[in-house]
Amino acid sequence: MKVTVKDVEHIAGLSRLTIPESEMEKFTEQFNQILNYADILEKIDTEGIEPTPYVLPISNAFREDVPQPGVTHEEALENAPAVYNDGFKVPRVIE
Amino acid sequence: MDLYKLTAHELHDKLVSKEISSVELTENVYSRIDEVEDKVQAYVTLDKENAMAQAAKVDAKIAAGEAIAPLAGIPGAIKDNICTKGLLTTCSSKMLSNVVPIYDAHVIKKLRADDAIFTGKTNMDEFAMGSTTESSYFHKTYNPWNLERVPGGSSGGSAAAIAAGEAIWSLGSDTGGSIRQPASFNGCVGIKPTYGRVSRYGCVAFASSLDQIGPITRDVTDAALVLNTICGKDEHDSTSLPVDVPDFTKALRADVKGLRIGLPKEYYGEGVDPKVKAEIEKAVKTYESLGAEIVDVSLPHTEYAVITYYIIAPAEASANLARYDGVRYGFRAANATSAPEMTRLSRTEGFGPEVRRRIMLGTYVLSSGYYDAYYKKAMQVRTLIRRDFNEAFEKCDMLLTPTSPVVAYPVDGKMDPLSIYMLDVTTIPVNMAGLPGISIPCGFADGMPVGMQLIGKVLDEETVLRAAYTFEQATDFHKAMAPLGGNK
Repeated sequence: MKVTVKDVEHIAGLSRLTIPESEMEKFTEQFNQILNYADILEKIDTEGIEPTPYVLPISNAFREDVPQPGVTHEEALENAPAVYNDGFKVPRVIE
Repeated sequence: MDLYKLTAHELHDKLVSKEISSVELTENVYSRIDEVEDKVQAYVTLDKENAMAQAAKVDAKIAAGEAIAPLAGIPGAIKDNICTKGLLTTCSSKMLSNVVPIYDAHVIKKLRADDAIFTGKTNMDEFAMGSTTESSYFHKTYNPWNLERVPGGSSGGSAAAIAAGEAIWSLGSDTGGSIRQPASFNGCVGIKPTYGRVSRYGCVAFASSLDQIGPITRDVTDAALVLNTICGKDEHDSTSLPVDVPDFTKALRADVKGLRIGLPKEYYGEGVDPKVKAEIEKAVKTYESLGAEIVDVSLPHTEYAVITYYIIAPAEASANLARYDGVRYGFRAANATSAPEMTRLSRTEGFGPEVRRRIMLGTYVLSSGYYDAYYKKAMQVRTLIRRDFNEAFEKCDMLLTPTSPVVAYPVDGKMDPLSIYMLDVTTIPVNMAGLPGISIPCGFADGMPVGMQLIGKVLDEETVLRAAYTFEQATDFHKAMAPLGGNK
């Protein structure tokens, strides 16, 4: 077992998710199945191999620094679940 | 006349010669949708009103003697992870089930500029994470070749719509095979362009170093036409390549004489259904008879590609999907008493099980103590996978493989996640290396379409298009119509 139920709870917390208790055992089992399979990577010697985060040869993408119209205040609020005056409304942030 | 069965280029000719109108064509496609959509369920949202208005505009242009673009007045379906201003874009997720984008994706802007018509938004695996379109929050989609089987995924709706005659062309997106595999399962043509060819601006992000938008169509010519419209540099996407876009239709020559086609032995191993393999081998014979040179090559790191992908893609997804917090848009859970609780409940209720699994897997491989062992290691193996391709391309001009080791399998197959992941072994390496790959129909096994995949060098879509076109001219597989058989 690479990860226990307790580990999965911790990862869920970091991910801002809750795994229902009824699914926990199966979820942990599937999680372990995938991580166990990842052991095959240990067979490969990657000493000194550069990682590939992106395949492109470009590192920076610049454009002319000219102001352009952006999203309006009204548009930004269009899909908000709750709005108060001109802003996004959320429940209490600090206890 | 059943206009919905025709290709975009055939319909363009009929529009220009005034044999048909765009209104007539668009009506015809919607009556086909009315006829079969309850069986296939390819769509999440239909937009007939705007489509008909757009069709009337194109007809007015034609009547006024104006020149029209190749896709003008021709109805196409858009995968529901591509933002369409004013039209619901859900990613087939409860999380985005009420989101109406305030802007158009780059590809949509370009298609609108060419007066293309959008029938609606197609069903997909939630957040494009899946290979069956079964993880959609709304409903499953069924394969028009046999309604008891899956259409593949994640662009299952976009491919099923083409096979069922519910659109003339469509857009999908491909992170690990999500255009090519459903194209293969539905007897369609589907191309994933070189990474960076098509702007990702407005495509809901899944794994940003792998995602790429591309067309699903009835033939290779239509794929080239859609590519002509959607490719090109975009300032809104920092990974968009600053390269010229060729006229891809110029590559459509029926000629493969002297073309060196590589067969990577790792793609023809034990996991491939013998009936699928037999069809692929016949296709290889066809190419040989047309004058191509067949070369045996090896991509030795293929067996590591799937797990490498299932580390890298979830890692990127866990970062990309962190934005769904229930604050600015999307689903918000009711009854939370604090902001942190609201975010946690909204994400737990808003995401389905597969999305939650991948977010957590990604979070785990990026967490301290595991980053080097999993994420960094996977990125290093990704380098080795790219090197394999570079070495193979020293011996050949393109590669030919099965698109999927199997044909479309039954709905509710009850496979565990890892077994389903393993079936993506033939498509994933292409995304890892950022290469162009096309799937075209090349036969049938158990009454279901078999697709072959042609993989090209970076930015060499033209060679794969030429080879695909040559095969298509020599065969009839792309002309077969899905029977809509089987009991759902």
